[in-house]
Amino acid sequence: MSISRRKFLGWIGAAGLGSALGKSAFAAGSKHFEGHPGSLGILHDITQCVGCRSCEAACARENALPVPDKPFKDLSVLEEKRRTTAADYTVVNKYEVPGRKAPLFVKKQCNHCLEPACASVCFVRAFKKTETGAVTYDASVCVGCRYCMVACPFEIPTYEYDEALSPRVMKCTMCYPRIMRGEIPACVEACPKEALTFGKREDLINIARERIRQYPDRYIDHIYGETEMGGTSWLYLSSVPFKEVGMREDLGVTPAPELTSGALSAVPVVVGLWPVLLMGLFAISKRKEIVFREELESVKKAAQPPIKEDI
Amino acid sequence: MSDKAAVTGVKTVTGVKTWLTPFNVVSGSIIMAGIVLSILRFTMGLGAVTNLSNDNPWGLWIGFDLLVGVALAAGGYVTSAAVYLLGMKKYHSAVRPAVLTGFLGYALVVFALTYDVGRPWRLPYPFIIQQGTTSLLFEVAGCVALYLTVLFLEFMPAPLEWLGFKKVRELAVRLTLALTVLGVVLSTLHQSSLGALFLVVPSKLHPLWYSPYLPVFFFISSIIAGLSMVIFEGTLSRHYFADKMDAAHLNENEGVTLGFGKAASLVLAGYLTIKVMGIAGGDNWRLLGTSYGLWFLVELLGFVALPSFLYAVGVRNKDLGLIKWTAAWTVLGIVINRLNVCLIAFNWQLPLSQRYFPSWMEIATSVFIVTVGVVVFRFIVTKMPIFYEHPEYKDTH
Repeated sequence: MSISRRKFLGWIGAAGLGSALGKSAFAAGSKHFEGHPGSLGILHDITQCVGCRSCEAACARENALPVPDKPFKDLSVLEEKRRTTAADYTVVNKYEVPGRKAPLFVKKQCNHCLEPACASVCFVRAFKKTETGAVTYDASVCVGCRYCMVACPFEIPTYEYDEALSPRVMKCTMCYPRIMRGEIPACVEACPKEALTFGKREDLINIARERIRQYPDRYIDHIYGETEMGGTSWLYLSSVPFKEVGMREDLGVTPAPELTSGALSAVPVVVGLWPVLLMGLFAISKRKEIVFREELESVKKAAQPPIKEDI
Repeated sequence: MSDKAAVTGVKTVTGVKTWLTPFNVVSGSIIMAGIVLSILRFTMGLGAVTNLSNDNPWGLWIGFDLLVGVALAAGGYVTSAAVYLLGMKKYHSAVRPAVLTGFLGYALVVFALTYDVGRPWRLPYPFIIQQGTTSLLFEVAGCVALYLTVLFLEFMPAPLEWLGFKKVRELAVRLTLALTVLGVVLSTLHQSSLGALFLVVPSKLHPLWYSPYLPVFFFISSIIAGLSMVIFEGTLSRHYFADKMDAAHLNENEGVTLGFGKAASLVLAGYLTIKVMGIAGGDNWRLLGTSYGLWFLVELLGFVALPSFLYAVGVRNKDLGLIKWTAAWTVLGIVINRLNVCLIAFNWQLPLSQRYFPSWMEIATSVFIVTVGVVVFRFIVTKMPIFYEHPEYKDTH
């Protein structure tokens, strides 16, 4: 194969343009994303939650979710540990903690990660971390591969398994439509106690720190969601270690996209190096064959009496 | 009775006889059952036929049909790279069956995916609507789509010879080198990326299986799968389709078994080494004593170290029988490994009641899809020049 100068320059030009246009594919290096500036979040103070399920009812109403068999006022459902489902974007669970008289109640819903796993693994970009802080989902492009559900470290996204033709992934939207209208999320509005506070994430962190400072006996010194999985828009305060109320403390602080960026950056290396190496191997094996044939010929010639040829 | 009628009469009788073979009865009933299940799946939804749940969004159709399917279809790139790039001409007769299996394997993977994803008609969306380039699944999807095309083109000479399209065939043959290089590049990328899919879930996959080396593990083990499948499948084909094979194929079979067995032994040894490095890198030695650790050791010692050793013994003693059994064992080991990563060691922290076990309908659908593959394979090898060289195209490869 011969390469003309024109062709070569064309390739180099295309490669240059390609790398100049794209965003960086490498892990951020010294950069660290701390969320969109001024983005919103919710602070859930577990010590304040009474387990009334008002937030669940408001959420179901707001999102037009199916009416459950047992009404929201029925608190007997709290006896079982529940997770989010396609019919419940949010659930409250009750935890009896040894050494404490009263049980603790914890609300569970999408944590709206600063760098969401679901968004980074979606191969059709159905999820978006909006500038408001809400992680939204676009059912109109979703293929239904459910990789988002596999990837979510908090086990939040759910699926409409009984829909034959148009199943959707279902999860809390942080009431994105309401936020865009200037309202606060339905669950926060419905909460009769001070268990939920809506506001700018950086303000919420300050509020949480202030509560810990003022009441060191009431809170443990950790704001869950400040750094977990690179940080989430939902933040939590608790009086007991978070693992005692069903929240994982072993998730680490690495945002999900960083876990896969190394493998992704191997792609151009493979595409760039493999053809060169493979063609090199091919050339070597071809060369061996030619040398072998030539030697075979010369051996044959040496074995035969030379034939005179007319020139 | 006229001669003509007699001839047709005979034909009808033989026709009835040939249709009611055990193979046709078994495969026919599996396919009928598969069609019923397909109707259920596409009218009632995934919930009606699978045991998938919000905790276990991926089941047998991803663990077996996709992950195992792609790994076991690796024979195509491994064999064509050995023959066309490394110049191992003595394995030439193994290329066509391997490429055919690869092509059918990938076609079935895509077919199986249409059952698993919620809206299969949207499978082209990641390419034509919005590109989720930060997703390893995007890379897998792109590479599988391209590689399926590559395998189709690599396979084309056989049907073109069968149909007698000489000129087009010549063009297809001329693409061989480029297609082989492209096949290796694409296979490296997506075989490894299937492992890299799980890099995002360190909190869900058991630490003995979770490793930053997952993509390397998946790629190297795909080579082992490819080599072993060529031996395993060659054995089966020799048993069932010996009458279709020409002298070259029958004579080269022993060399292929020995050569591929030797390569598999070496690659298994290398794989064992990097798997041990994986344990060391994560400092997970203490986990080997747990129940998951024992299961991990079964996989590592029983299905990696043992076949590496048995292959080596088989090659040294020229014991073809041992090599063939080892190939089947190794293929089983690959199945176990992929199911471990995707299902068994995945969600290991959940209580047993929340764990996944496939429904019989999921298993039956997977059996149905494999059966479709076997039937199509059988049709092709009985019609097209796969196990023999077409008399008109001798030595033109």
